[in-house]
Amino acid sequence: MSDYQNLSLFDIGLAAALIVVNGALSVALDLGLERRLLIAAVRTVVQLLLIGYVLGWVFAFSRWYVVLPLMALMTIIAGFAASGRGRRTYAGQRADSIVSIWGSSWLIGAFGLFVVIRIHPWYEPQYAIPILGMILGNTLTGVSLGIERMTEELTAGRAAVEMSLALGASRWEAAQGPARQAVRAGMIPTLNQMAVVGLVSLPGMMTGQVLAGQSPLQAVRYQIVIMFLIAAASGLGVVGAVVLTYRRLFSSDHRFMASKLIERNARKRAA
Amino acid sequence: MPDATSPALSPSPSIELVAAHGVVRRDAVRGTVLLHPTDFTLYAGQRAAITGPSGSGKSVFLRTLALLDACDAGHVTWRGERIARSRIPAYRRRVAYIAQRPAMLDGTVEDNLLYPFTLKTYRDAQFDRDTAMRLALAAGRAPDFLDKLASDLSGGEAQIAALVRVLQLAPDVLLLDEPTASLDPASARSIEALVSAWFDANAERACIWVSHDLEQARRVATRHLTMNAGVLGGDTR
Repeated sequence: MSDYQNLSLFDIGLAAALIVVNGALSVALDLGLERRLLIAAVRTVVQLLLIGYVLGWVFAFSRWYVVLPLMALMTIIAGFAASGRGRRTYAGQRADSIVSIWGSSWLIGAFGLFVVIRIHPWYEPQYAIPILGMILGNTLTGVSLGIERMTEELTAGRAAVEMSLALGASRWEAAQGPARQAVRAGMIPTLNQMAVVGLVSLPGMMTGQVLAGQSPLQAVRYQIVIMFLIAAASGLGVVGAVVLTYRRLFSSDHRFMASKLIERNARKRAA
Repeated sequence: MPDATSPALSPSPSIELVAAHGVVRRDAVRGTVLLHPTDFTLYAGQRAAITGPSGSGKSVFLRTLALLDACDAGHVTWRGERIARSRIPAYRRRVAYIAQRPAMLDGTVEDNLLYPFTLKTYRDAQFDRDTAMRLALAAGRAPDFLDKLASDLSGGEAQIAALVRVLQLAPDVLLLDEPTASLDPASARSIEALVSAWFDANAERACIWVSHDLEQARRVATRHLTMNAGVLGGDTR
């Protein structure tokens, strides 16, 4: 912690002003993103300041009955974020997102915290919260890409799915092509990330540890652990989400219920 | 409710193949009735045609018989018995549905013909290139047809390939959902000839041909039904 630079609000303001770059691009290229940029910028600042205060309090008041609900809340928010993507949705998509993210992230997170890092007490917020957070962030990307791809493949490939069923394919035989594509699509971001980590990108956690004075060699060890936790959790999450989507859209009597796939805008209009 | 079943008009009304009992279909989203309560029996040896304006429910009815869409009421039987969930793939092997627009998988025509044999239902069957070739030749295709890329096929060729894909599996019943609607006359004739040869090969086969073309219906069928606003009309000649 030799010469650690504390940031003042003025320093933050200087960095935040960079959003003007994006705004100028949006105006120059007529992207129509100004409103979304502004909202995104405000959210970044507000959410992070808020979590800073919350974490400060939780770390100081370290009790399992505070840590667990906070982690549950983070998980649910991740589930909501994951289900907001894609042109098509179906009734129950949000529940499927939450369930698949919850199951995979907590399972792998528990392995990382209890078996690998062995934290004490078992709910140690300083470890549990950021590590779960990193797992959640990546799993939600995988899950949302997986569900999005699955619904897209089933929409575009409806004729092929029904052809398979009509020939006598079981529902799984008819769905496995799209399901495989969807799982691949959901896992590829993590694989890409693992391929370039350290070369192109220095992950945030590692950067943070180094900035805080930790030796790079220790920081790297943590990062390796995290990368594998992320890979496993998002892999499990994607498979879980795709299987849940499949179960919603294919009935047990080997039918593809294409009418359950609805366009998001159409649903909004109807509501 | 008119009962479309008139065994007296069919040549051998003894063996009942596919039957609909009070089958109803509603639109899943809006809830409007697509198919009013319908009773219908297809007997072995029958060639039925259903004609009617587009949107009248012909496809809906055929897809219901193929169990591709769930009935909102009533049920479908196969040889007089209800079809258990686990038997649905086996039923669809016996009762083959051909869509208006053929769906081809990536790869060659032969890859497409091989596809059914990867399915569990066809564990006991094996691809026979000679049978497939014979069917393709009967449809007026050149011997290199099986090696063509599915993506290079014309609409007519794709429909012929889709039909060969089904006919090589020797189903008992064909449900043809306007298979020639968007095809040139020559391709349409090839399709009709293929179906006709399949039908003549075994006296216990039967088919339903949905068409909006009365001329074609007269050519391909001996039993004629109509569909109007979701109501299946009785046999006419």
